[in-house]
Amino acid sequence: MTNVLSVHDLHFSYHDHHPALRGVSLTLCEGDKVALVGPNGAGKSTLMLHLNGILRGQGEVFVGGERLTRDNLPAARAMVGLVFQNPDDQLFSPTVFEDVAFGPLHMGLPKDEVLARVETALNAVRMSNYRDRMSHHLSVGEKKRIAIATVLSMNPQILVLDEPSAGLDPRARRTLINLLRELPITMLVSTHDMRLVEELFPRTIVMDEGLIVADGMTKEILADEKFLNEHGLEKP
Amino acid sequence: MHSDAFDRYHESNSFVHRLDPRVKVIVTIAYILSNALLPDGAWLAFGLSWLFLLFANALSNLGVGFTFKRSFIALPFALVAITVLFSIPGNPISTFRFLFWDLTITDMGLLRFESILIRSWLSVQMAILLVATTRFPDIVHALEHLRVPTILTTIIAFLYRYLFVLVDEVFRLLRAREARSAAVAGVRAGGSVAWRGRVAGNMAGQLFLRSYERSDRVYNAMLARGYSGHLNTINPHEMRRVDYLTTALALIVILLFQLVGRL
Amino acid sequence: MHYSPAPLHIPDGFLNVTVSVIFWVITVIMIGMAVARTNKSLGEKQVPLMGIMAAFIFAAQMINFPVAGGTSGHLLGGALAAIVLGPWAGMLVMTAVIAVQGLLFQDGGLLVMGANIFNMGLLTVAIGYGFYRSVMNKSTGTKLAVAGVAAWLSVMAGALATALQLWLSGTSNLQTAVIAMLSVHALIGIGEALITVAALSFIFRTRPDLLGEGSASAEGGRGWVMAGVVISLIVVLLSPLASADPDGLERVAIDMGFIDAGQSAPYQVIPDYTLPFLGTTPLSTIIAGVIGALVVLGIAILAGRSLQKTS
Repeated sequence: MTNVLSVHDLHFSYHDHHPALRGVSLTLCEGDKVALVGPNGAGKSTLMLHLNGILRGQGEVFVGGERLTRDNLPAARAMVGLVFQNPDDQLFSPTVFEDVAFGPLHMGLPKDEVLARVETALNAVRMSNYRDRMSHHLSVGEKKRIAIATVLSMNPQILVLDEPSAGLDPRARRTLINLLRELPITMLVSTHDMRLVEELFPRTIVMDEGLIVADGMTKEILADEKFLNEHGLEKP
Repeated sequence: MHSDAFDRYHESNSFVHRLDPRVKVIVTIAYILSNALLPDGAWLAFGLSWLFLLFANALSNLGVGFTFKRSFIALPFALVAITVLFSIPGNPISTFRFLFWDLTITDMGLLRFESILIRSWLSVQMAILLVATTRFPDIVHALEHLRVPTILTTIIAFLYRYLFVLVDEVFRLLRAREARSAAVAGVRAGGSVAWRGRVAGNMAGQLFLRSYERSDRVYNAMLARGYSGHLNTINPHEMRRVDYLTTALALIVILLFQLVGRL
Repeated sequence: MHYSPAPLHIPDGFLNVTVSVIFWVITVIMIGMAVARTNKSLGEKQVPLMGIMAAFIFAAQMINFPVAGGTSGHLLGGALAAIVLGPWAGMLVMTAVIAVQGLLFQDGGLLVMGANIFNMGLLTVAIGYGFYRSVMNKSTGTKLAVAGVAAWLSVMAGALATALQLWLSGTSNLQTAVIAMLSVHALIGIGEALITVAALSFIFRTRPDLLGEGSASAEGGRGWVMAGVVISLIVVLLSPLASADPDGLERVAIDMGFIDAGQSAPYQVIPDYTLPFLGTTPLSTIIAGVIGALVVLGIAILAGRSLQKTS
């Protein structure tokens, strides 16, 4: 299998504060569905912001086999679809259509292609009849799904989601889980929802204090209760 | 959510709803301009102008009296025009004493006062109809087409999107303040004005910081989707024949009001 | 609903076409300059920042607090926007706020929007920023005090401009409009000053970097100090003139063709139309205005010092 994303020895500090990433390395292959877990402040979100070059620390990030530099940033951003935790930050346009069209438009695609991409992306998240709705009228669950559509419309090679199930009621959470299961795309998902991890992701990466402390089969990691407790996690 | 109270759009599929937003913006502005241009006491023209408004109401499927019910919001401002009742020379109608002054209402003053109120009352209704029949994002598109600088329309689009989010935050802050400001019976509650002002200012400061941090996150979300400093927009509106015709017809009718008003 | 319009939003119908158009022209020129400046200096981050700051100003205008006798203080925000965003961005943000209030909520008219933007978005920003800029390198207490004065004055300038536009349009009697507008807004301005100072002091405590060197706040040139001072001088000199001796101003307006002689000259109709508690000569009232401004300055400096001590 081809390797779509890899990170080598990544270090990063915010301003002069203590380091947020202290040497992180990982590799994702095509079709992988990987959970990223760890306590708050472990560096999960910081790591995600490096994957398409929004933050740039020391170390190397490879997207689709190419080393991330300032020059190939636009291409990399189209390949790594990053969805932020709070859908109100992700959906910044007045209407659903404008938001889903934002990515393709800024990739410089022609108008017809943009329209087609919007249709496909909304279909993929089962929201095609929401095209002309205004974002502030949507429920949290709907916003989360539209947020995923806003990056799917860029045809990414890998989907990176930050806390997709946070703040959802049980039904919206179930809908989202089914959606994630169906999407035929490589995924890296950060979450505190250990039942989601158990149900959806064969592989799990555990981060704590800026380091990856475990990377392996979800079943094995979740079986080690002592290890989970040490890193502020709970067995589902 | 509370902030739904901010929505002014009324869903329907009427003739007016289907018109291109540019048409509605242009006709609304022309209508307001026309009312402002009509001379004082042009009752016939004001009457025709009102019929035009009722007709537009009817074409919008919202009911002939739709804007009437909402038309009194500008009325408190009429206070500022009260002085014209007394300050324009003319034949006295009635005189009374108010505090230190002997005030005389003149016929010319009354004419001016009534004309100001009617202009305001008609104009505000057309503006109400505009936002009731046009989704706000479409109004922003219309402004883009009408050559309003992109940076300004973009700020307005962001403002509209985050208005709802931030107003909800304000409601939460206000509620938290209320929950903590209990009053003991017989004791003057709430502290000094300066103290209350400071509490309100702290809330504003907090809201500012949250908004500032949010703008960082939104910026990241934009970067993640290929934003590089230049904004591209896609604008779904195209003027059809009926849009051109309606604009022309409406402008001609409005022009006729001017003729009637000045004859 | 909590949304309460500030009393400066002029609805359509209250200004005549000439005045509306003149202020649209002035406003469009100023906005054009602001667009050119921000486009030139635009960090790509500034677009979402200005957009969300516009939503912030809009939302912050809803934060109110009881002052006295059923009135409540709240924020107009021009001075605050100018101080935290810099003058040009502040103007664009205020323009967006006023445009949405007029377009979406009919809070302020469309034909008169140029005047509303001028009064609430341009004057307030120029005064707010000009004053603040003059003490950029001074202590936090001084900056807060001056920001308070600027916030108060910015509201007074907006009120005076509103009164003058109403008068030029033949909608209000000059003297009454000026006195009524200024006395109401002298109170409202205190609310503005209190909230602006407290909000800024909160920002100084938590994120001083947003107001320090290299921030958007430090971007405006020294020319703004001049603009702020000149506008304030006009306010301080014109208000007492207009309220105590309106004849002079009316003469100018008639000469410039703004109003016809017929609609002014209220003295023929109401001979004893003067306020007993204001002086009769322009000089004495100008002096009174200056003394008033000094008193406010003194109070604001004391308030700023005490805020600095407690924070």
